[in-house]
Amino acid sequence: MTNEKRTSTVKPVTVVAISGGVDSSVAAAVLKEQGRDVIGIGLQLVDPEDVCVTPGSCCGIESMEDARRVAEKLGFPFYVLNFKDVFRTFVTDYFIDSYLRGETPNPCVPCNDVIKFAELLRSARGLGATCLATGHYARIEPGSGGRLALKKGIDGNKDQSYFLYSLTQEQLAAASFPLGGMTKPQTRAVARDLGLKVHDKQESQDICFVGVEGYAAFIEQRCGHALEPGPILDDSGAVVGEHKGLVNYTIGQRRGLGVSFPEPMYVVDVDPGSNSIAVTTAQGLKRQNRLVLDRVNYVSIAPPSAPVRVSAMTRYRKAEVPATMSPLEGGAASLEFDDPQEPTAPGQSVVLYDGDTVLAGGIAVREFRG
Amino acid sequence: MDNIYLDNAATTPVRPEVQEAFSEALGRTYGNPSSIHTVGQEAKKLLEESRERAAGAIGSPPGNIIFTSGGTESDNLAVAGCARAYKDKGNHIVCSGIEHHAVLNCCKALQAEGFELTVVPANTDCIVEPERVAEAIRPETVLVSVMYANNETGTLQPVRELCAAAHEAGALFHTDAVQAAGKVEVNVEKLGVDLMSLSGHKIYGPKGVGALYIRSGTKLLPLVYGGHHEKSIRPGTENVPGIAAFATALELAAAELPGSANRLRGLKETLAAAILENIPAVQRNGGAENSLPNVLNVSFEGVDGESILLNLDLLGISVSTGSACTSGAIEPSHVLLAMGVPPRIAQSSIRFSFGRENTEGQVARVLEVLPDIIRRLRDLSVKKIGE
Repeated sequence: MTNEKRTSTVKPVTVVAISGGVDSSVAAAVLKEQGRDVIGIGLQLVDPEDVCVTPGSCCGIESMEDARRVAEKLGFPFYVLNFKDVFRTFVTDYFIDSYLRGETPNPCVPCNDVIKFAELLRSARGLGATCLATGHYARIEPGSGGRLALKKGIDGNKDQSYFLYSLTQEQLAAASFPLGGMTKPQTRAVARDLGLKVHDKQESQDICFVGVEGYAAFIEQRCGHALEPGPILDDSGAVVGEHKGLVNYTIGQRRGLGVSFPEPMYVVDVDPGSNSIAVTTAQGLKRQNRLVLDRVNYVSIAPPSAPVRVSAMTRYRKAEVPATMSPLEGGAASLEFDDPQEPTAPGQSVVLYDGDTVLAGGIAVREFRG
Repeated sequence: MDNIYLDNAATTPVRPEVQEAFSEALGRTYGNPSSIHTVGQEAKKLLEESRERAAGAIGSPPGNIIFTSGGTESDNLAVAGCARAYKDKGNHIVCSGIEHHAVLNCCKALQAEGFELTVVPANTDCIVEPERVAEAIRPETVLVSVMYANNETGTLQPVRELCAAAHEAGALFHTDAVQAAGKVEVNVEKLGVDLMSLSGHKIYGPKGVGALYIRSGTKLLPLVYGGHHEKSIRPGTENVPGIAAFATALELAAAELPGSANRLRGLKETLAAAILENIPAVQRNGGAENSLPNVLNVSFEGVDGESILLNLDLLGISVSTGSACTSGAIEPSHVLLAMGVPPRIAQSSIRFSFGRENTEGQVARVLEVLPDIIRRLRDLSVKKIGE
């Protein structure tokens, strides 16, 4: 027995979601150093034989064996739990359905609020844990009005608060992000000092459950029918080319359109109704004044009764822009940009900040053109 | 705190006598049994002595045993080897729904080769009824495979009757006796079986070695091709140290019956009775009668078996939610589902499996912590999270 065995199941413990990557490993190490009683849990999210997993992919799917080695090295118990069914329903199926609707989803958002901070948190509580920690670069601090505030990680290059905007106050109360106050180089240094083999592991970028063949091929394979080509339309509605299936296109996309024009053309609409995409010039693209958000979650502030000035991030790591958010009926909100913006792809998470603080976030709704 | 290992149906600790036989053979009997010289002959002698001892422990003539890499290979060799050898006679095989995956998935693979498969479910007591098997048998049935004892519930199957039903219809009969060996008497003559699989590591022997009993006159096609070893049915230089250790383990396990079984059954029934008395809403899966002396399967309604397993592990108590899975992640038991246990109840089951090192004190320790764990998990499961 290399693991420390606890003598009672009622002593408060922290469960750490461990992927085998450097971030979650160091998160566990930091907590362990603070004297916390740590249990590591690896999440089995897909059938191993099902997907050719991208090496070094996101916070979800990593080598469980790396995770096991980290746990052994740091001396805490480690288990792999099966979340395949919920992951399929709330993450991969959501991802596929959203793309087939002509949207561009962020699967990491439901992976955090459903898989980690609902399902895994439930399992963690079953182990006597009061707290669930992950390797996200974000901070939780006491906020105003007795609420907890979700804030950006201090490393501006790594901040992941964008993917956590949908957490509720109760979820934040149970969450711990030990890396929120650290930079990525500091994380790597800790991993190196601890002798963790994962310290120089490749950075994750891509969607974890999509293999090297890319997400369009993944969707085609999963949805059970071939992607349908259709027309590419210009501003006047004239057909200027043929697309290779809607899921290959995202609003704002310039590359891979296969149309030749004197100036660069951008995707400005993806319409599953007519199976067409619309393209325009850079000038034509910059013209969205207003955006409606759905499924809005107010994180660090209570649902407001009046418009709120915000700094809006309309895509992960995209520069924030000033805007005014006004709550609407049914959990929606409208966002008025100070200056017209490139259109935001429907399905994208739009996260609203005040400085470092995440005020709210929601999902961009399809804009009806015409 | 010492670990309390209650997962002996998954694997067992190697006993000292077996370790001794293994290292003795590993160190001294290094020859190749196929070599003509003296060094080779010594290895051959140990191999054949081991075969005699292993055969003796199951009531078989020595020549009817071949050694394999374990239970999975024995099952595959029996099922696929037999089905393929009798392909001209018929293309239908029968197995039960509670078989180990080594049999179940082998049968499914044979379907791709053109064999037809009938899977006979067990009844709610986890028993495969001979009448149901008889109904499933057709004129073109070449093989029936039903395990001796189920690995998840410990239920013993009426192998003699099942075997008789197969023979009456002109089919051959295989039984996977991996869990039964060493826990109950396993005698191929009394059972009447044509093929029987055994494994070393469930009986305090090493992993990676097992055996297949093959009744005289039963044809098998090999799974792999090579030299003349093991009658060319299982070619490859013999694992002499493993085989010597396996024979020792099997011989000791058989010789210690029925005393060892009575002791294990005492531990198991103590645990079962106390659980049923002290914890509400529990269900025993598979009856106390007709069961292995060492396997107890219990469902704790409303609680995830996985959570119980992890909580016990954190206290140094090793149990299982079913059969061990390579990934370490947990799926609902196909055996309990095949018995008609609702998925919700199957998901809440725990298997306790006893072995020679377990004591009454250990059972008392489990009973000290288990009711609290169940109560706490039940309290938690009524609360909704994230609302």
